[in-house]
Amino acid sequence: MDKHGRTLLAKIWDQHVIAEVSDDTDLLHVDRHLLHDLGGSRGLIDLKSRNIPVHNPELTFATPDHAISTASGRAGTIKTGQELLAALRTETSGSGIRMFDIDQPGQGIVHVIGPELGLSLPGCLIVCGDSHTCTHGGLGALAFGIGSSELTHVLATQTIIQRRPKTMRVRFDGRLPFGVTAKDLILALIGHVGAAGGTGYAVEYAGSAISNMPVEGRLTICNLSVELGAKMGLIAPDEATFAYIRGRPYAPQGEMWERAVAAWRTLQSDTDAVFDRELSIDVGTIIPQITWGTSPEHVLGVDGRVPDPADVADPARRGAIEIALDYMGLEPGAPIAGTPVDWVFIGSCTNSRLSDLRAAAEVARGRKVAPGVRAWVVPGSETVKRDAVAEGLDKIFTDAGFEWREPGCSMCLAANGETVPPGQRSVSTSNRNFIGRQGPRARTHLASPAMAVAAAVSGAIADVRTMER
Amino acid sequence: MAQPFTKLTAIAAPIMRTNVDTDVIISINRMIGNSVRGSLGKWAFGSLRYLPDGSDNPEFILNREPYRAAEILVTGPNFGCGSSREAAVWSLQEMGIRAIIGSGFGDIFFANCFQNGILPVVLDKATIDGLAAEIEASQGAGRLSVDLQEQTVTSPSGARHGFEIDPRRRAGLLEGLDEISLTLRREHEIRAFQASDRAARPWIHFAGQSA
Repeated sequence: MDKHGRTLLAKIWDQHVIAEVSDDTDLLHVDRHLLHDLGGSRGLIDLKSRNIPVHNPELTFATPDHAISTASGRAGTIKTGQELLAALRTETSGSGIRMFDIDQPGQGIVHVIGPELGLSLPGCLIVCGDSHTCTHGGLGALAFGIGSSELTHVLATQTIIQRRPKTMRVRFDGRLPFGVTAKDLILALIGHVGAAGGTGYAVEYAGSAISNMPVEGRLTICNLSVELGAKMGLIAPDEATFAYIRGRPYAPQGEMWERAVAAWRTLQSDTDAVFDRELSIDVGTIIPQITWGTSPEHVLGVDGRVPDPADVADPARRGAIEIALDYMGLEPGAPIAGTPVDWVFIGSCTNSRLSDLRAAAEVARGRKVAPGVRAWVVPGSETVKRDAVAEGLDKIFTDAGFEWREPGCSMCLAANGETVPPGQRSVSTSNRNFIGRQGPRARTHLASPAMAVAAAVSGAIADVRTMER
Repeated sequence: MAQPFTKLTAIAAPIMRTNVDTDVIISINRMIGNSVRGSLGKWAFGSLRYLPDGSDNPEFILNREPYRAAEILVTGPNFGCGSSREAAVWSLQEMGIRAIIGSGFGDIFFANCFQNGILPVVLDKATIDGLAAEIEASQGAGRLSVDLQEQTVTSPSGARHGFEIDPRRRAGLLEGLDEISLTLRREHEIRAFQASDRAARPWIHFAGQSA
């Protein structure tokens, strides 16, 4: 039927179709279902109340990340967080689901541990009750966030009903300029197409800057797909992907590894595949990015100026800018660099992997957090924490005046009560600068780990390119 | 499980900001825990609806008459973007919202609406802007009608706008179908898929046997 070649999305999608349920809508097999403390036990309890067993507990994995304290010894975990942790333990053990508990290797932010444990694999269909599930697409998985009702459906049936999305390909070509990271690429893209630019699409990222990018950077790229509106983002797996996965605890081994890799090598868009939308970005033109407003699309280069509503003709756009500037406490037209900051947060499923912490430590080494600034480093997982400690990164951070914490989501969404105080300004390596995201009336600027450290040691938003060695 | 949706004629409130995200619809600290259902309605749009001292923000539309009784929202672009939290839908439902009409929605929020018997309607931006203007001109006095059977939205002045909807979603809402029960009827197909997939992709199904 197809006159054209097939996209990566089509290849993975078709492999998971159990039945067509209506036009363009299929019942798909779920290969990996990841549960976390915020919604995992609720789904299991819902199912129990309906007397339905978990369909495939061996394909379901759980870890607490959202609501636990990241203080030493998990001190100060809020009461609800304790209840959710206890419920996750009870309900997973009652259903035969493997849970990676606090202090165990394997615990961590669900989108950090999936790839790290070899649970997330190329060609795999992965769902989780969390919108940043698109992260796993960095390995060539078809991964997306689902709501609570869909989560219960997956537990009950190991399937999900989905409408086939449109396809978009974004090519990032060229060499990354000094100081520019995966985070800057994806923020620049969101600024370019807008927070709804990818709505209804699965976005495939390609181009030389992607194929030259280490796997952890690809996870960061895919992580922010949902911030451009796309539920799914994905990158064709290649030799770097296979090398990253090989030997991980849940990765296939021996003869099965050889079979898997042979299958994974077919997972790329055919040269004559046709996409519904194509974009191309020369990464050589990108400079380190920082957000100024209350949507990830409110982003500019660190040498830029905050927009002035007076320059905007469209009343809806003008109004949106006015609301954002008022919330953020910024002057129209002011340079973004030099804006004083109170907090710095390095962590989240976007930027808490070992390579992120190395990049941050590189800037922090031998410098001090500016007086009046509180700066946290929250590793993405127990394994990231242990690896970072083995390299001495924790020491670099604490010597510089950063607080070194236990793994979890922490201040990215402040579900565990770890908040930026009202009215205070934070530079954060996380993914959302929404109103109230890091706490009521907290003001968030999104940036890369290196840019976050630059802000911490400068006491103000600063251009990391003037600081790196 | 969900309440069926057929036709609704009700007060509609325009919330025309761009990118109203699910954190703004329901703040994380109000939705955390396994027993929050039923307590979420008063916290919907909390950061817009209440002043820092906890009192009602008189500027916010849902604090004004007649919009306090709104059952329909007319929304700006990309309403419900962001987090997958279904509590965003639950909170709107608990404050009485049954339908949301906008030019575009966050994908996961859109799916979550259907799971709870709430009808999200997509119309082009010019039509949305026209509806909002008409409602504001009448200061909310007019009623908006949403008819799922006919797939139409009728403005207070009687202008009818047809909308598209996935037939499966439409049937699910009209009949209040339970998706889990429907899928479990396909159990033999699921098992058959898994049996052949175990041979084709054993690394998916035998995960962790060595870990």
